[in-house]
Amino acid sequence: MPKFMSRNDLLLFAGFSLVVLTMPIWLAPFGAGYPDLLQRFMIFGIFAVGFNILFGLTGYLSFGHAAFFGVGSYAAVWSFKLLTLDAIPAMIFAVVISGLFALVIGFLCLRRSGIYFSILTLAFAQMSYNLAYSVLTPITNGETGLQLTLSDPRVIDAAVGQGFVGQPVPNILGQQLSGYAGFYFCAGFLILAFFIAQRIAGSPFGMMLKAIKSNQTRMQFTGFNTRPYALSAFVISGMYAGLAGALLAVTDPLAGAERMQWTASGEVVLMTILGGVGTLVGPVIGAWIIKYFENILSALNDNILARFWSFLPEGVADVLVKVTSKFVGDGWHLTLGLAFVIVVIFLPGGIMEGVRRVAGLFRRSGSSGAKTAPQTQPAE
Amino acid sequence: MFEVIFLQFLNGLDKGAAYALIALGLTLVFGTLGVVNFAHGALFMLGAFCAVTVRMFLTMETVTVDPEKLSPWGSPLEIREPLVQAWFGDFGAVLVNYSVPLSIIITIPIMLVVGIALERGIIKHFYKRSHAEQILVTFGLAIVAQEVIKSVYGPNPIPQPMPTDLRGAADIGAFLGMQANIITYPIWRLIYFVFAAVVIGGVFAFLQFTTFGMVVRAGMADRETVALLGINIDRRFTIMFGLAAVVAGIAGVMYTPLLPPNYHLGMDFLVLSFVVVVVGGMGSLPGAVAAGFLLGILQSFASMNQVKAVFPGIDQIIIYLVAVIILLVRPRGLFGRRGVMEA
Amino acid sequence: MANPNVVLHVADVHKRFGGLHALSDIDLQIEEGKTHAIIGPNGAGKSTLLNVIIGKLAPSSGQVVFDGNVLTGKKPYQINQLGIARVFQTPEIFADLSVLHNVMIPALAKRDGMFTLNMMRSLESETGIRAKAEHMLEDVGMLNRRDMLAGSLSRGDKRRMELAMCLIQHPRLLLLDEPTAGMSRHDTNTTIELLKKIKARGMTKVIIEHDMHVVFSLADKISVLAQGRIIADGTPDQVRGNPKVQEAYLGGAH
Repeated sequence: MPKFMSRNDLLLFAGFSLVVLTMPIWLAPFGAGYPDLLQRFMIFGIFAVGFNILFGLTGYLSFGHAAFFGVGSYAAVWSFKLLTLDAIPAMIFAVVISGLFALVIGFLCLRRSGIYFSILTLAFAQMSYNLAYSVLTPITNGETGLQLTLSDPRVIDAAVGQGFVGQPVPNILGQQLSGYAGFYFCAGFLILAFFIAQRIAGSPFGMMLKAIKSNQTRMQFTGFNTRPYALSAFVISGMYAGLAGALLAVTDPLAGAERMQWTASGEVVLMTILGGVGTLVGPVIGAWIIKYFENILSALNDNILARFWSFLPEGVADVLVKVTSKFVGDGWHLTLGLAFVIVVIFLPGGIMEGVRRVAGLFRRSGSSGAKTAPQTQPAE
Repeated sequence: MFEVIFLQFLNGLDKGAAYALIALGLTLVFGTLGVVNFAHGALFMLGAFCAVTVRMFLTMETVTVDPEKLSPWGSPLEIREPLVQAWFGDFGAVLVNYSVPLSIIITIPIMLVVGIALERGIIKHFYKRSHAEQILVTFGLAIVAQEVIKSVYGPNPIPQPMPTDLRGAADIGAFLGMQANIITYPIWRLIYFVFAAVVIGGVFAFLQFTTFGMVVRAGMADRETVALLGINIDRRFTIMFGLAAVVAGIAGVMYTPLLPPNYHLGMDFLVLSFVVVVVGGMGSLPGAVAAGFLLGILQSFASMNQVKAVFPGIDQIIIYLVAVIILLVRPRGLFGRRGVMEA
Repeated sequence: MANPNVVLHVADVHKRFGGLHALSDIDLQIEEGKTHAIIGPNGAGKSTLLNVIIGKLAPSSGQVVFDGNVLTGKKPYQINQLGIARVFQTPEIFADLSVLHNVMIPALAKRDGMFTLNMMRSLESETGIRAKAEHMLEDVGMLNRRDMLAGSLSRGDKRRMELAMCLIQHPRLLLLDEPTAGMSRHDTNTTIELLKKIKARGMTKVIIEHDMHVVFSLADKISVLAQGRIIADGTPDQVRGNPKVQEAYLGGAH
């Protein structure tokens, strides 16, 4: 009887699920225990886990993954408009559509590797973004964004005679997805997404992806056609992005083109790097940290800062308020950029590597200390 | 019909010149240091904001209230006089008027320092790391640069007037012996084109005719051999990075009258410039310049109504489309050397 | 083909780089089960020849036929699937995977072909492949290092592991590009012993080498390459006595 999952994998999965499902409890003291933010934690967690399957395992740095996220959102909203307000068909539809989209783009982009791949993905994402704003307005509703209206056909809902009162909201089997219901809906998907990613990483297929990252030449001289492997990884991660985009549309049925912009693509790169490229939990943690601090820091303003520094003498406090105010509120992106540069320079393995280093220090305290990060080979 | 085409061609020149200048710097850095610099667009943007800053200083005013006279709104009349004008009289007024071109004088040393500091401080440590990590760190730097600018200058574009004498349009058609007033072209755009040509020519001459340039070109071809000759190539590469920063910076300064700069100007141009570099051929200087103009002109043609009627939205995607086709069909780009970054 | 035992036939291959004739008139017949060494001074075109055989470079004219299949124009992975494995001059390994995984990957390639989407199977359950890889590592004397990262191995060990990676596929033809380059005398001798062991199993091998000690202790047949041409061909004893060879080596860079 072949083993289905190793003991360690099983423990990791159980631990992860537990941490996710109890988030509303343990995040409450941090001021993050409310459904709206928790949903975003789940959604961007899925996005990052999927991105890591491509970048972390295969080593291909895509700068265009937000395109798939956006496509997922649009597809889900269209499903709400045309078919039914039930979330499940929307999710399936979104994953299928973004997967197909990823198949086409991946097929073209993966003919190149290294920076050319990055630039190609960037070019495709920018094209999608520009088109969404201009010619594709009938599909995307341009700058206004695609939203639900009372007059949408919703064929399936109409056929079963399901009516509703007031603003149309996505649901699942009639159960509304607001508040904690929405959170647990998303959490279920994150756990599923994590499970699949874990299986992939632990499969022969996953090892092939890691081998592609490690040495593409050897891979070819070993008898593997690397392109279908890389393409599969690309499509899978595109589907993850589509799933995340669809979930965002479920919790907030308004899809806009800005979700496809390359800054959004950059954000998922940041999450993955910050948490730890190539690790399973790292990208999720990266996503949570970025979304958490985005939430906290962007809400801060001068008044709050003034109260925070008020224990200091007035002159000093004023200066500190001035300085720190540059890093919060609208300036939150500055903090993010700085954090990112610092992580890439000093901790290329992200938070997970930091944890490992600290753990290593404890294990053999007094000995030579942390070892330097493994240097990755360029993907060309 | 000829006039229309010629006009579109001209319209593409200034944008093409900007692409070419940014792509030139990108290529210099990539060719010499082997670094993929995602922060290069930010250098263009920083240059533009040097111009903004210079103008801010030049237009600092004294406000005197004249109680005798009343403004049309009935309040005491405020007389605003730029300080430079108060100090230098008419010459001060000229300074204010010509603030954009004058900024170049100040931008050059600033960008040189910024470039060298960046290379010595951060980029240097990434020579031996993967391209992915180079992209990531420079991408991070670009975000930092743009956010700093945003927090200092605010999120809105800041228009920079061009010198009064250089406003208006030149009647190129009449100049070329055609009917008057058909092909007219804004003077500043013409200046930008000439400026770009001079800078590009200067960079090429510098690389071609100076010993420094020769060493750098040799280093671009084969870094290790030159290092074996005992030439301190690293220091020269630092200077090259500074030079690339200067080129990007002054390109940004001169572009301000054409497009009011805002904090994400750099990112907007960066993505396009990367596409330009790829189309021209990674590491090829002539390729970068040619592709810059080519894409600028193509974009100008794509935005013609006749073209848009046939291919809706083509103006939005033409550059990316060209890049995609080039990368798939001829991966080394138009001018790229065989085998250089062809993977 | 004239000789039914010929497994690899390099037929009239020319390779030009611009105006430079890197290879001219190369005609080689490599027989099943034999160890065929290609020697020559530096710059004689040995690596170019190997790259042409393996499909990394396309010949300007002529072709390479392996077991009835024309290799010219085939992709590296297709050539490998036909049963040709290669050891590189600088070991090409998966530096950030464990030694065991390094050896398991080629075994999976042999079993699953060029592409299999086996993403829901667990690596843990691949006991057959694992046992095979462990057996192979034992063969090359590296079983005790199976959990190390391949990148942290010594140069000699990397080479031995790369050899194990090739051997686990049971290739019909093994190409070795200077298998002892940069090795200590001790490592060289270990490698020779290892290669002799394989030879006993009847695997066809092409060795590119300029260490004469290695060549004469292993080869059944030797071809001498100088300035892109084969100047001598024959058994080690024949080649040793050939005056042209001595001239090429004395006059060459060696």
